[in-house]
Amino acid sequence: MHDKTLTELAAGLASGEFSSRELTQALLARIDRFDGDLNSFITVTAEQALATADRADADRASGNAGPLTGVPLALKDIFCTAGVKTSAGSRMLDNFISPYDATVVEKLAAAGTVSLGKTNMDEFAMGSSNENSFYGPVQNPWDSDAVPGGSSGGSAAAVAAGLVPAAMGTDTGGSIRQPAAFCGITGLKPTYGRVSRYGIIAYASSLDQAGPLARTAEDCAHLLGAIAGHDLRDSTSVARGVPDYIQELDAPLAGLRIGLPREYFGDGLDPTVASAVREAIGVFESLGATVREISLPHTHYAIPAYYVIAPAEASSNLARYDGVRFGHRCDAPEDLTDLYKRSRAEGFGEEVKRRILMGTHTLSEGFFDAYYKKAQQVRRLIRQDFLDAFDEVDVLMGPASPTPAFDLGAKKDPVSMYLQDIYTIAINLAGIPGISVPAGFAGGRPVGLQILGTHFAEARLLNVAHQFQQATDWHLRRPALAEETL
Amino acid sequence: MQWETVIGLEVHVQLATKSKIFSGASTAFGADPNSQACAVDLGLPGVLPVLNEAAVAMAVQFGLGIHAEIPEVSVFDRKNYFYPDLPKGYQTSQMYHPIVGPGEVEITLEDGETKRIRVHHAHLEEDAGKSLHEDFQGMTGIDLNRAGTPLLEIVSEPDMRSAKEAAAYLKAIHSIVTYLGISDGNMAEGSMRCDVNVSVRPRGQASFGTRAEIKNVNSFRFVERAIAFEVERQIELIEDGGEVVQETRLFDPERDETRSMRTKEQANDYRYFPCPDLLPVVLDRAYVDHLRDNLPELPDEKRARFQNALGLSAYDAGVLSASRAMAEYFEAVKEVCGDAKLAANWVQGELSGALNREGLPIQNSPVSATQLGELVARVKDDTINGKAAKEVFQALWHGEGANADEVIEAKGLKQVTDTGAIEAMIDQVIADSPAQVAQYRDAEPDKRGKMIGYFVGQVMKASRGTANPQQVNALLKEKLDALC
Repeated sequence: MHDKTLTELAAGLASGEFSSRELTQALLARIDRFDGDLNSFITVTAEQALATADRADADRASGNAGPLTGVPLALKDIFCTAGVKTSAGSRMLDNFISPYDATVVEKLAAAGTVSLGKTNMDEFAMGSSNENSFYGPVQNPWDSDAVPGGSSGGSAAAVAAGLVPAAMGTDTGGSIRQPAAFCGITGLKPTYGRVSRYGIIAYASSLDQAGPLARTAEDCAHLLGAIAGHDLRDSTSVARGVPDYIQELDAPLAGLRIGLPREYFGDGLDPTVASAVREAIGVFESLGATVREISLPHTHYAIPAYYVIAPAEASSNLARYDGVRFGHRCDAPEDLTDLYKRSRAEGFGEEVKRRILMGTHTLSEGFFDAYYKKAQQVRRLIRQDFLDAFDEVDVLMGPASPTPAFDLGAKKDPVSMYLQDIYTIAINLAGIPGISVPAGFAGGRPVGLQILGTHFAEARLLNVAHQFQQATDWHLRRPALAEETL
Repeated sequence: MQWETVIGLEVHVQLATKSKIFSGASTAFGADPNSQACAVDLGLPGVLPVLNEAAVAMAVQFGLGIHAEIPEVSVFDRKNYFYPDLPKGYQTSQMYHPIVGPGEVEITLEDGETKRIRVHHAHLEEDAGKSLHEDFQGMTGIDLNRAGTPLLEIVSEPDMRSAKEAAAYLKAIHSIVTYLGISDGNMAEGSMRCDVNVSVRPRGQASFGTRAEIKNVNSFRFVERAIAFEVERQIELIEDGGEVVQETRLFDPERDETRSMRTKEQANDYRYFPCPDLLPVVLDRAYVDHLRDNLPELPDEKRARFQNALGLSAYDAGVLSASRAMAEYFEAVKEVCGDAKLAANWVQGELSGALNREGLPIQNSPVSATQLGELVARVKDDTINGKAAKEVFQALWHGEGANADEVIEAKGLKQVTDTGAIEAMIDQVIADSPAQVAQYRDAEPDKRGKMIGYFVGQVMKASRGTANPQQVNALLKEKLDALC
């Protein structure tokens, strides 16, 4: 069963080929067997999963099943889940049991899905390799020496290893798309405001967005339909109808106008990745699409602007972790200052501290205009680049990452790690949606093709990705680990 | 040297919304600690603020009430600092684009002069929780019930020149917000408190002196006392060759002094930046116009109308318009009795006296405005005389009888105006007082006027206060003079 896509599993449940309990048990057994080394889960909620699966089976028996009833999946440990530890990959929240469910969690539960647990991640979603987790690094199922990408590394690895058919992630600068690319699966970052952020532990509020990681675009379409929509509890979620993403999947691509941003094929791009991406674009041409080069002239400002805005917001968002009400508190504090200092020094990891310091600095009196205000101006220019491009073309395509997955421990210098996100970060600054789909291999490690659309063009992106997956089989390739049976 | 005091006030007004500014939790005062703090107020991981529209409407109403500019767009910013009763580690406020722009407030001084005080701006923000230092051995308790309560911070220009002006300004703000019904104005419960910026300069100097900010002053009286102390401290300091340092000070009402809390060097860098969880507030013209059209009459307008349309004295108009509750009560009495001056006299005289004695606010008066209006109407139509009216009022105050007519009837206080009946009583009194009549007769005619009082008293007593005093007077004079 574990080799099936979410869409196939949903069909199998509907036809009675297997029950949700059988499926859930089978996947829990795989997690038990393989996740010790892989380390993709922080918390496995086996008991709750089986109870939910039984309810799903009962609902199906009484004729109350929806299309996703009984489908198992996993949640990045950044989504608040009532009664279950929600750590954000941090020692700071190692003792935090959320008293409430995130909107995404509520919606997935309402759709009848079964959560198997909470997946590993870079601490507070800060990282591109999953090496910044308090719970240790995650292995890439394709190569145990490689990172799975980050920050949604646990979600991507769990799907690639066949432990779950799909998992939820969040993407602030590439944290869904880059791990999806590194693990050879499909990952969608929706438009900012498409999915409610309520109950998602905030990293950078103006950039964070939740989305699915799964085997196929069709799987992602099912899940996006379940989690998208306006939420009165999130003022930045957008009051706009949710289209039927499944219905749009089959539209033909003849006449599709594809733009290739010149800046996404320049220096620093691994030649093997480049050729895989160019080959994928050839597939689209064979499907009737036209291709032209375009320019996103402010691309090289994206990483500097991001590393002003995201840390600034993070420095404020993470101020609540002070040892007073919840989370880690140091032993025997001498006074209030000591409580703050030691609780935060002990609770946060190095990268989180680095970003808090950066953000605190750039917001300080005398620096605000030079950094934060300037970065917001740059952000508007970057957004305008994309809007101008989408006047000319329907979608943009390029690599999701300049290299395939790198080795664990390979990137010691934070800046070289930051540069990993060169093709994904501008998308968050612009608020547009992007999807990464498997498009070949480089040195035995997967390559991801990134497809970008204008605001709220998710249906188009899923359609384009789905048509590609009808014409190719990269998304069906599985690592040896996923082929292994119990 | 002659010194001039310069004062600016930052007044924090708690808005009377049912729920908090960014969450659905209740704002009611006095609940058990932390029983009115939801996930959002606690700043739990993942929660998001949602702006309470009622707080926006109230802020705009205030802006309209002080004739301020209402900008189309205002923005919430985060003010970042660590404090145990500040759950998120930042306070959501409005630093750069406040909801209310420049406006002005008119104050009336004791000599009846008026002065305009400019308001720089007013902005919305959330309150913090409370730190409780008593009752916790070696620890501090945190109550987050107040966290997230909507506040309107009203920032004046440094336009006040004395403690009295500052107190008058604070009273004017109090009056405006209570008239608008956007705050209960209850200072004892912390619904209104202010930070006072005080500096002194030699009279005639154009530039301002260095100011000290006195935090959290929570009564009209304390504002005056804190300023008086602070002005004296600063002048003494300078005259002794010292220098005022820019600092935050705390007023201690027990010792009647201000004490240094922190200097400018110790001040926080709040690292303000726009809150990414909240959209800018965009107010369209129609919305603002709707609020303007539905604004209640404000204190200044009411005072002018009481004076001009109702013919009250400036003093009476001022007293009766000072609070919305007082004005509404007075207008209701006037409506029922149909005489503004009589209504004014009764509300300020008998009623206010009784309320003051019992320490009751006018809203809790045992005598309703309708009851008082009916009573005054009986005075006006001569059904009862003034003395009987006071008796009726006391009866109503103590709940004896549902209305004035019932009390008048029950106590037989209806005024006697029948000349025959009064004459009969007068004849009896004259017959019973031969000695006084003899004195009267023997007195010089110009002394007799004083002596008549005795007879009036006797007749009134005989009528149990119900005889019409004017008639008694006239008839007595006639009859006594006839005996001379």
